[in-house]
This record gives sequence, C-alpha cells and structure tokens, in this order.
Amino acid sequence: MSALLEVRNLRTTFPGALRPLPVVDDISFSLARGEVLALVGESGSGKSMTALSILRLVPKPGQVVAGEVMLAGEDLLQLPVTQMRRVRGARIAMIFQEPMTCLNPVVTVGAQVMEAIQLHDSMSKVDARARTRELFAEVGIPDPDARLDAYPHHLSGGLKQRVMIAMALSTRPEILIADEPTTALDVTIQAQILALLRNLQRDRGTAILLITHDLGIVNELADRVAVMYAGRLVEVAERKALLSDPLHPYTQGLLRSIPALSRAGERLPEIPGVVPSPDQWPAGCRFSTRCPLRFEPCAELFPEEIRPAAGRRVWCHEVERSMGGKGAS
Amino acid sequence: MSVSAETPTLLRVSGLQTWYPIRKGLMRRLVGWVQAVSDVSFEIGPGQTFALVGESGCGKTTVGRSLLRLESPQKGEVHFEGRDLLKLDSDSMRAARQHIQIIFQDPMASLDPRMRIGDQIAEGMKSFGIGADERERVDRVRALLERVQLDPDTMDRYPHEFSGGQRQRICIARALAVEPRLIVCDESVSALDVSIQAQILNLLRELQDELGLSYLFITHDLSVVRHLAHEVAVMYLGKIVEQGPTERIFDAPAHPYTKGLLASIPSIDPERRGGAPPVLGDVPSPSDPPAGCHFHTRCGVVMDRCRRQAPRLFEIEGGRSRCFLAEHSDPT
Repeated sequence: MSALLEVRNLRTTFPGALRPLPVVDDISFSLARGEVLALVGESGSGKSMTALSILRLVPKPGQVVAGEVMLAGEDLLQLPVTQMRRVRGARIAMIFQEPMTCLNPVVTVGAQVMEAIQLHDSMSKVDARARTRELFAEVGIPDPDARLDAYPHHLSGGLKQRVMIAMALSTRPEILIADEPTTALDVTIQAQILALLRNLQRDRGTAILLITHDLGIVNELADRVAVMYAGRLVEVAERKALLSDPLHPYTQGLLRSIPALSRAGERLPEIPGVVPSPDQWPAGCRFSTRCPLRFEPCAELFPEEIRPAAGRRVWCHEVERSMGGKGAS
Repeated sequence: MSVSAETPTLLRVSGLQTWYPIRKGLMRRLVGWVQAVSDVSFEIGPGQTFALVGESGCGKTTVGRSLLRLESPQKGEVHFEGRDLLKLDSDSMRAARQHIQIIFQDPMASLDPRMRIGDQIAEGMKSFGIGADERERVDRVRALLERVQLDPDTMDRYPHEFSGGQRQRICIARALAVEPRLIVCDESVSALDVSIQAQILNLLRELQDELGLSYLFITHDLSVVRHLAHEVAVMYLGKIVEQGPTERIFDAPAHPYTKGLLASIPSIDPERRGGAPPVLGDVPSPSDPPAGCHFHTRCGVVMDRCRRQAPRLFEIEGGRSRCFLAEHSDPT
C-alpha cells in the first residue's frame, strides 16, 4: 500500500512560562489509501492536536513549528491558505465528538449538507437536494425525505452524527478524520455508528484517521494503531499485534486497566500517578514517571525508535534492552 | 455475594415513580408526562454495591436523585435505615442526608472553584456537627485526604490546581467526611481516562471493605459495573427490565435488551470484531413510550403480544426479567 498521507516529524507548540511546550512532539506516521489508522491516547496525549495540525486548524496561540504533512506528494503545511481551504472538506473531512456543536441549530440539516455540497461542487439546488437525500440514505438515516427538513434538535445524538458523516462524505474525501466520533453516544448507538463507518470505509475506500481513547473501538475499526503519550508516539503496530502483544509498558498498562477484562472482586491493575502536564515532562521518556519497568537511562534519555518487527515501531529503553541492543531495523 | 433474604437491608425502594409534567400554553395546561421512572423497586444491603445501568434517558439518574429528594417522586417508598425518606419533613430529611451522599460525574461542577478544598471537605462536618473544634476538623480533613491518596498539605489549594482524577478524590473525601452509610455514585468515573478510572474504582472498593459502605452505582458503562457491583438492574425507558447478581447478568443475560447492551460493548479481543450492530434504531421518547413492551420497537425477537401487552417483571433463575420470554419460568 502506498502512503496517501505521510506525516513527518510534526511538532506543534503552545507558549509556556519558560519555553514553548511541544504538545505534539516529533510525530511521524503514514496513512495508506483505504486504511484505518487509530491514534490512541488519554486526555492530553496530543492525539486531537495532531489531527488539527494536519488540517492546519491548531487554535491560537498554538502553532505548527516543524515537520511535513504530505498529501499525495504535496506538503499541506506549505500550501497557500486558499488552497488549504480547498483541501479541507474536499480531500480531508473531519467529524467530531459532539455533532451538536458543529451543526447550526436554526438551519435544517438538509440545507446544511446541501450548502457543503454546493460549496465544493457547482450543482443546482435540486441536484444538491437529491444528492443529500442519497447521502442520508447511505448513512442509514431512516425516512431521509422527511429528515431533510428537520432541524438538528429534532434528531437524536446518533442521527446527528449520521448527518455529520453524510456532510463529511458529501465531497468524496480521500481521508476522513474521525475525532472520538462515538464518545458522546450510547453504547447501542455507538455500535451502529461503528458498523456504518466500517461499511463506508469498505464501500468507498475512504482512509480513516480515527482518534480515540477506547481500545475497544480501535479493535472494531482500525487496521493499524499508533499510541500516543504526552505528545509523543510510544508504539505503532498492526491492530492484532498491538492488542495481543503490546510491547510498550504504557500500552500494556492501558490494556490491563480496562475493567471489562477483570472479574468482579479483583483489584484492577492501575497505572499509578497521573499524566504530567506539558511543563513537567521529563527530559527522557515521558512515561518514565509512571513506568513500572523504569531503569537508569529512562528519566534522562529519550528512547530512540526501534523496529522489533516489520511495521512495528516502539520507543522504550526496556524493550531495547530486552532485545539485546538496537533491534532489527 | 448477592443480597439474600437474611441480609439486613439498608435501603429499600419500592414502586418508585417520578414523572415530569409537560405543560403548554398560557394556562400551563397539562398535556402529558415524561415518564422518567415507573415502578422501580430494589434493595441494597450494608456493604453492598447495587448498579443501575442503562442508556441516556432510561431514568437511572432520576432514581438516584429521587432517593435524595432532589426530585419529587409521585409514588413509592424509599426506606432507609427503617424510615420512609419520602415522608420525612424537610428538617428530618436534611438530617438523613448525612448518611446518603452523592458523587457526580463532573467534579469541577460540584466543587466550589473559589473555596479551598480543605474548607469544602470540612463544610459538611460543620453542618452535621462532626468534630469538636476547628483543630479536630483540620486533623480529620488531613486524614481524609491521605485516605484518598492525596497529599494532606494540598488542603489549602483550590480545585483548579488538581487533575480530573484528583478532583474526584476530593469529592470522595468530602462525601466520606460526614460518615455516610450509602454513597450514590452517578457516573462518577465516566469522564475519567481509563488508567485513572482504574485507580478510582480500586479506591471505592477499598473504602467499601474498610468502612462497610454501600454504593448505588449509576452508570451507562457496563464494564465498570462488572468489576464493582454485587447486583445489577438494567433500566430501559423508565423501568427496570432485568435485575440479578452481577455474574448472572453478564454470563447469562435474560432480557433481549440486556443481551443487546452487552453485545454492543466493543471487545478488545483481537480475534473478535466486526459484527452487525446488536440493537437497531433509537430509544423512543419517554414522553411517548411505545405501547406494550417499551423495548418492542428495537427488539430482535419481538412477538405479536409484545406490541399490545406490557410484560411485568417475571421471576427467573437468579433475578427478574421484564420479558414474555421469561413468563414460563415464573412460578407465580
């Protein structure tokens, strides 16, 4: 698979009291055509900021200070603003956790999707409406004709998210960035939306960058997984390898602390402590303040990337040591 | 582990109904009811955790708030330590609240941003007369902070100086300060990251073992329930649809909704993924619930009578189920 999107050494900073704080720090990954890559992490890991950096939508005073975002050979970070605006929506679309904040409450949902279509394609109102109806049917909105004229508050959370997905797909983007797309939804509705995203990805071949904190959702949707902690990547692997044989101590801790795996009465394996705030990140491995396997170099020296197997990257001194040096790269 | 007939009961809720009137027009004419909670009954024994689970709009939060009379139920009884809380006058109810505390999902919203956390923890002690003087209360605040694994020297800080997980620990310390018997945990760990969630769940468990606390654990997250609860009730559109010991609910769910709910949880088993969504459609409005069984519009095994007739809670092996499929197993 050739890379459709290639993010190289991306760094995004926010001003700090003493020095700029790199909330996205030297992140590199690629997304192939039709692939689902999950960017996983807890709050403050920088996963959402990575997505916003790709789209050049980092809120001020934050800014992308280094790196490349290559979309089919073109660096998005170098594009003029007008061209970048055309990339957003047309080639890379995004859906968010809370659809209500993205929909205009006083305009019908049909009109909002039609507006998005007409913004990118010159199309008559009648055609745009017909196309919106098709999209509503495709994303599983029941009775799409009636729903075209509904206002957002008439729709349930699940239906609103379907409208957002319809809007995102309306321009046939190559990449869909889905930022916690089901976090605000009930579990039965979440299962429906995950099935919808899976079908759309299969039928349309849209690549998805899925941002989530939930490893269950990763398992449901992703082909590959990149785990982030405190602004850095700690592990990148194919889905099955990551879930069945996590290498980084943080990934291991994350998987173990999921309550679904424990039986009643057992003590949950926890990761001690809290994620340090960006101004307290250690010089070495960011996870070293909480890591059960920490040893001498961890706090001081940032671990280098090692490649224990094809398609697998991990940043950990302990993994490096257990592999007896550099690892097969 | 389950509440057996011999276990003394701390809380007994029976026939609880909380409906909200829908009024319209200039005359505020009554045009209908939001049937938030109907005919809810359960018991919690000392040292037990009872979980109330369901999706948004099922009424689980209204149940918790009705017990504390933060809502006004129309019907039912809430017996706590032998008294019906719904019949108490406001002074007695205030006194009773000492023994039932509540912890919400968002600690930032339930802590006062302009008040030192130590003072917030001590506030309840003062109003319920715990601790002889300031000195004693400060000692107790320090001990409580230590117990929830926070540095006692942070008692002079403000809520914004803590992380989300630490703030939830502060809320737990504040609840414990007045020596409660029952704590209502309303989505108390739902907003936390999974690694922090595990810490708080472990803490709640330890406190239960040490202090013999009972919990009413209200949540949408079934995986959390499995870990903590002795008994579970699943709610749908205002009614309990299934109830029983936790292990039985998870290992052998009886009601089609419980089955669907469990099957909807994304698995982290890499060999298992990609099934069809187990429950179709949306939850109907509680102001206009479907006739017959409330779940019939989304049920995969719906029968003709389900559309006309509302099932009662049938007794089943290890609990109760509000489904006609359980009718044959009910001896009564």
